[in-house]
Amino acid sequence: MSAALAATADDEAPFRRFARRFADSKLALLGLALLTLILLAALLGPSLAPQNPYDLAQLDIMDGRLPPGSRMGAGFTAWLGSDDQGRDMLSGILYGLRISLGVGIASAAAAGLIGTALGLLVAWRGGWVAGAIMRLVDLQLSFPAFLVALMVLALLGRGVLNVVLALVLVEWSYCARTARSAALAERRREYIEAAEGLALSTRRILFRHLLPNCLPPLIVIGTMQVARAIALEATLSFLGLGVPVTEPSLGLLIASGYQYMLSGQYWMSVYPGIALLLAILGINLVGDQLRDVLNPRTGT
Amino acid sequence: MLWLLHRVIQAGFVVLAMTVLVFVAVNVVGNPADILISPQADQAERARVIAAFGLDQPLWRQYLHFLVQAAHGNLGRSFVFNQPALQLILQRMPATMELAVSAVLLSVLIGIPLGLLAGLWPDALLSRAVMAGSILGFSLPTFWVGLMLIMVFAVQLGWLPSTGRGRTALLFGVPWSFLTLDGLRHLLLPALNLALFNISLVLRLTRAGVREVLPMDYIRFARAKGLSPARIVGVHVLKAILMPIVTVVGLEFGSTVAFAVVTESVFAWPGMGKLIIDSIGVLDRPVIAAYLVIIVLLFVTINLVVDLLYTALDPRVRSDEAG
Repeated sequence: MSAALAATADDEAPFRRFARRFADSKLALLGLALLTLILLAALLGPSLAPQNPYDLAQLDIMDGRLPPGSRMGAGFTAWLGSDDQGRDMLSGILYGLRISLGVGIASAAAAGLIGTALGLLVAWRGGWVAGAIMRLVDLQLSFPAFLVALMVLALLGRGVLNVVLALVLVEWSYCARTARSAALAERRREYIEAAEGLALSTRRILFRHLLPNCLPPLIVIGTMQVARAIALEATLSFLGLGVPVTEPSLGLLIASGYQYMLSGQYWMSVYPGIALLLAILGINLVGDQLRDVLNPRTGT
Repeated sequence: MLWLLHRVIQAGFVVLAMTVLVFVAVNVVGNPADILISPQADQAERARVIAAFGLDQPLWRQYLHFLVQAAHGNLGRSFVFNQPALQLILQRMPATMELAVSAVLLSVLIGIPLGLLAGLWPDALLSRAVMAGSILGFSLPTFWVGLMLIMVFAVQLGWLPSTGRGRTALLFGVPWSFLTLDGLRHLLLPALNLALFNISLVLRLTRAGVREVLPMDYIRFARAKGLSPARIVGVHVLKAILMPIVTVVGLEFGSTVAFAVVTESVFAWPGMGKLIIDSIGVLDRPVIAAYLVIIVLLFVTINLVVDLLYTALDPRVRSDEAG
């Protein structure tokens, strides 16, 4: 990098430069707005929802399958209609969003931690253990994530924790591969050589020097993984392999509304689907722009 | 020739490792004795059924038995249908393959023209709309799109049927939907649903390829020579970008077959994907095991063929592998 370039880059704080470049794309800003909205809806869900859809005492079977805009027995208006159990769809979606997002974020975070740790280790140490780990990664990546998750859930049975476990099992390999390739590229740089020359401890080099410089691609992959995990969870739950019926995620809400769709009662499947779509779309739009901004080849 | 042998042995190991996984996975799920035997059965009847299915043997012996039998093409009898599991799956395989192949064809037929459009006129409004649509194609969950297709085209408009294969016609003794008009009408929505992800993928690959190739010297030379734009795009550009697209579509074929599970469940398409979901529901272990073994074989074969083709086409890969 030339001196002049370095000077202009230093004029601006790194975060501000990042924010400015991120805001270059209107689509990405739209994604960010969507994502914020969805996160807020999930966080504030219980206080926004007119009823607690998991509390059977609040449900009235007489309210079953009401079209959008109907008055519910409890006196509020079900703007998105109600399902066959007499649950207000809006409440069901707000609670379901919490489960979908929770499962997606938790599994992506766990997979990111495990994958990054193993990826760094493999890049740093090498040896037969590293070889074995990478073989496992290659093997797993040669099968679609959906199939692996299907197999794991066929083995474990349904349940929120089982779904998270299945998603972590399919996702860690992506993070491990990304972390390894980033770490391999970085460890040849002079600053790592300098740190080694200073005889810093391995742990310090790995976590203070190597890891921060490997983060950009990992952040991008991590963001995309959340979206993938949410979509995968919804698909598995739709097939009846995911979360249990007592804690319906968006996918399960769509599945239970499916049987009424053929008779024209669309709202039970359509609205949870739109919520799901907005969540995934928001994350993907943000992730897309993050990739452009953080990629050293297209970036500064 | 050593690399070939090396690669084939490696694939063999993968299959063997996967059979262990499949066997263990499938044998830890629930207890099939509880499903097979009615609660009214007495102890002697219970013991007789358990012995008949070999469920009293130690796991490793059950595995060896499974492996030997699998090598003979016998993957056990379905607990539910009381038919050989392999036969059950093979009966339903044509339906799945028909769906997957149609989806791949659709993704190429729709994806490449749209990708060319977006690549040749990147600033046109239509191109932008196509690219935005491709983001949707990646983001939309397949099963939900399937529901929406049913809702719009089957329920609201009533143009197309929503479920099943429709009328089939025999070819080589196998029923196919694409041979009858009614079957084609049934095939269209599920195939489109399954193709959606691949359409977005092919579209983006095509666009990226066109953007990369267009500024190259040989294209500029062709243009300078006075070739018609149609010929430049149809021959020179397409030839350069088709190879990676074909590779990716080939690699994605396995995923398409796997994802057919979802589409088949939505459209009640009687393929092996619907069978596996139903079998997981009732813990029909031999069918689950047989399905997984077949899928693993399919994937390993696809990966092997792609690897071998690559090595045959590009000698640099070969020297890397040998070194």
